[in-house]
Amino acid sequence: MILRKHDRVLVQGITGKQGTFWTEKMQGYGTTIVGGVNPKKAGTVHCGVPVYGSAREAMTQGGFDHSVLFIPPLGVKAAALDAIEAGAKGLSILTEHIPVQDVMYVMAAARDSGARILGPNTAGQVTPGECFVGFMPAFNQAVFKTGRVGVVSRSGSLGVLVCLGLVQAGLGISAFIGIGGDPVIGTHTREAVEMLDRFEATDAVVIVGEIGGAMEEAAADYVADMEKPVAAFIAGAAAPAGKKMGHAGAIVSGGKGTYEAKRRALEEAGAVVLDTPAEIGAVVRSRLG
Amino acid sequence: MNFEEQAAKPLLSKAGIAVPEGRLVTTAEAAGQAARELGSVVVKAQAPTGKRGKAGGVRPAGSPAEAQAAASDILGMEIAGHRIERLLVERRAEIEKEYYAAILNDPESRSPLVLFSAMGGMDVEEAASEAPEAMRRLAFDIRSGLTAAQTGALVADLLPETQTQAVAELLVKLARVYRESDAELIEINPLAVTRGGELLALDCKLVLDDSAVKRREELAATGSPERLSGLEARGQDLGIKYIELDGNVGVMANGAGLTMTTMDVVSHYGGRPANFMEIGGEAYTKATEALELVLAHPRVKSLVVNFCGAFARTDVMTEGVIRAWEALQPKVPVFFSVHGTGDQEARALLGERLGIEPFATMDEACRAAVEAARDAGGEAAG
Repeated sequence: MILRKHDRVLVQGITGKQGTFWTEKMQGYGTTIVGGVNPKKAGTVHCGVPVYGSAREAMTQGGFDHSVLFIPPLGVKAAALDAIEAGAKGLSILTEHIPVQDVMYVMAAARDSGARILGPNTAGQVTPGECFVGFMPAFNQAVFKTGRVGVVSRSGSLGVLVCLGLVQAGLGISAFIGIGGDPVIGTHTREAVEMLDRFEATDAVVIVGEIGGAMEEAAADYVADMEKPVAAFIAGAAAPAGKKMGHAGAIVSGGKGTYEAKRRALEEAGAVVLDTPAEIGAVVRSRLG
Repeated sequence: MNFEEQAAKPLLSKAGIAVPEGRLVTTAEAAGQAARELGSVVVKAQAPTGKRGKAGGVRPAGSPAEAQAAASDILGMEIAGHRIERLLVERRAEIEKEYYAAILNDPESRSPLVLFSAMGGMDVEEAASEAPEAMRRLAFDIRSGLTAAQTGALVADLLPETQTQAVAELLVKLARVYRESDAELIEINPLAVTRGGELLALDCKLVLDDSAVKRREELAATGSPERLSGLEARGQDLGIKYIELDGNVGVMANGAGLTMTTMDVVSHYGGRPANFMEIGGEAYTKATEALELVLAHPRVKSLVVNFCGAFARTDVMTEGVIRAWEALQPKVPVFFSVHGTGDQEARALLGERLGIEPFATMDEACRAAVEAARDAGGEAAG
């Protein structure tokens, strides 16, 4: 489920400072924003779209497909459940530092409804030339030039760096999927790789991973059967064990989640794993032939 | 946030899970007195870490004199970097068998996971890797919690019939403690079966989700805050995640992934990072404070600034760095790489105010910083 131009997007928390700033950016880029949510400002118009009291109301009044949440940590559970119960097909949860048990509660509800969740703690997703949700510099042509490479990343800033490297090498981006840096997230690396593999505009896939967890290893199982070439960079080779490196999910403990394990799994699956992101453009170019 | 055993066990007893009777003491005399009241005891070092037994921090004592002697040995010990200042003196149980029980957050299933093994005790991880089928796992729906029917089915073939029901109910109670304390992990190891056939939690490990501290203030007040270096504590006060490392190349980047990568690239070119620091997210407006923090590390010989803007605007961060640079006028050389949201403006700012041109790639900036640190000499770059 790659986000497309025709997908109708709701912005929960549209009236806040970040909500407003990024709603205008999304609209300017081409995202179909159909409304926002703020229970205290229901009935008003903001950024040229109606503000609803809830996602349920937004669904019955005009309908939407995807919701992006600009909501503080302790408010996310209620807001996300509202969107899921309203029948959202997808949610992008940008917030960092949400209690993990709240996240698992939302994930359980999404599993029942079939909603696809991106994040939490994601910078969003970009379909260059069409639309984006979240806080990504989609409008920056040096980073998100339209092209044929799909990128999945746990980190927003590192994902931007990798896209930049691809564009500098004369390539372009078909879709960027930020899956988020939290330990418990809705869309795992493997699922995002599958989405890119099925997306006809994509000829090659880049995985931007991180130490901690086992998502890159799980993705390697899928990569082994792929025809499209795959390149990867895993951040955290130099990180000391046992320390949380900013992202709550980036911790190496008990010999699991190590850089070496991830690198080995991806290489055995046929992916090229890079020492530094600098070579990404050249490597993907050569793999594309 | 981690907890000492003495802080975690009251949560179990409140939920109806039996723990040995005990006294928390801070002197050897008080340990002796506790043994007079309790009889045969175990004297246990209190620190938010495992391996206390292997480090000699847990000792049985048959008499008040023995308890006092054990206590005076253990008090003041260093275990995994923690100085022991408190002891838990507990009535010693007659143990028949040791089980293992835990509930934790499971990224793979995106739900809580209950774990149970009939082979608990000191080497449970080794036992579980040798005989994986002995460690039972069940992911459950956090909305409905666990039922005794589920946990009973999970453990039935591992246990004598007389114990299945009691263990099943204990796991349900443990799941309730997990829920009510916003735990990332709650673990009972060992979970003892006494000679009388009762279940008794001999130890308890609790990790509270750091993101839930705000809504569990009462519980968090009994926890053990992470021990930080002076600089790390300053970072925490400023709302900046800063980890002090032993290298000499200062690293400043935005976002956890990019920061880790900057450290990786510094290492790749033969240098050693002096710090990890996260100023992504909401912290990106604090570049001035962040720079002061990085430069306060006495070993820093050069600095690499690597910004890649998505949510964070690179011009805002660069402006903060420039302001701090003008105020502090540091002697160390600095190497910039700036890309993404606001990079044109950031470039212009750097040229006008510092007369610096950012490098075209982060690899070049990192390599230059590593070379500068090496040239500066002083303490070995390692």
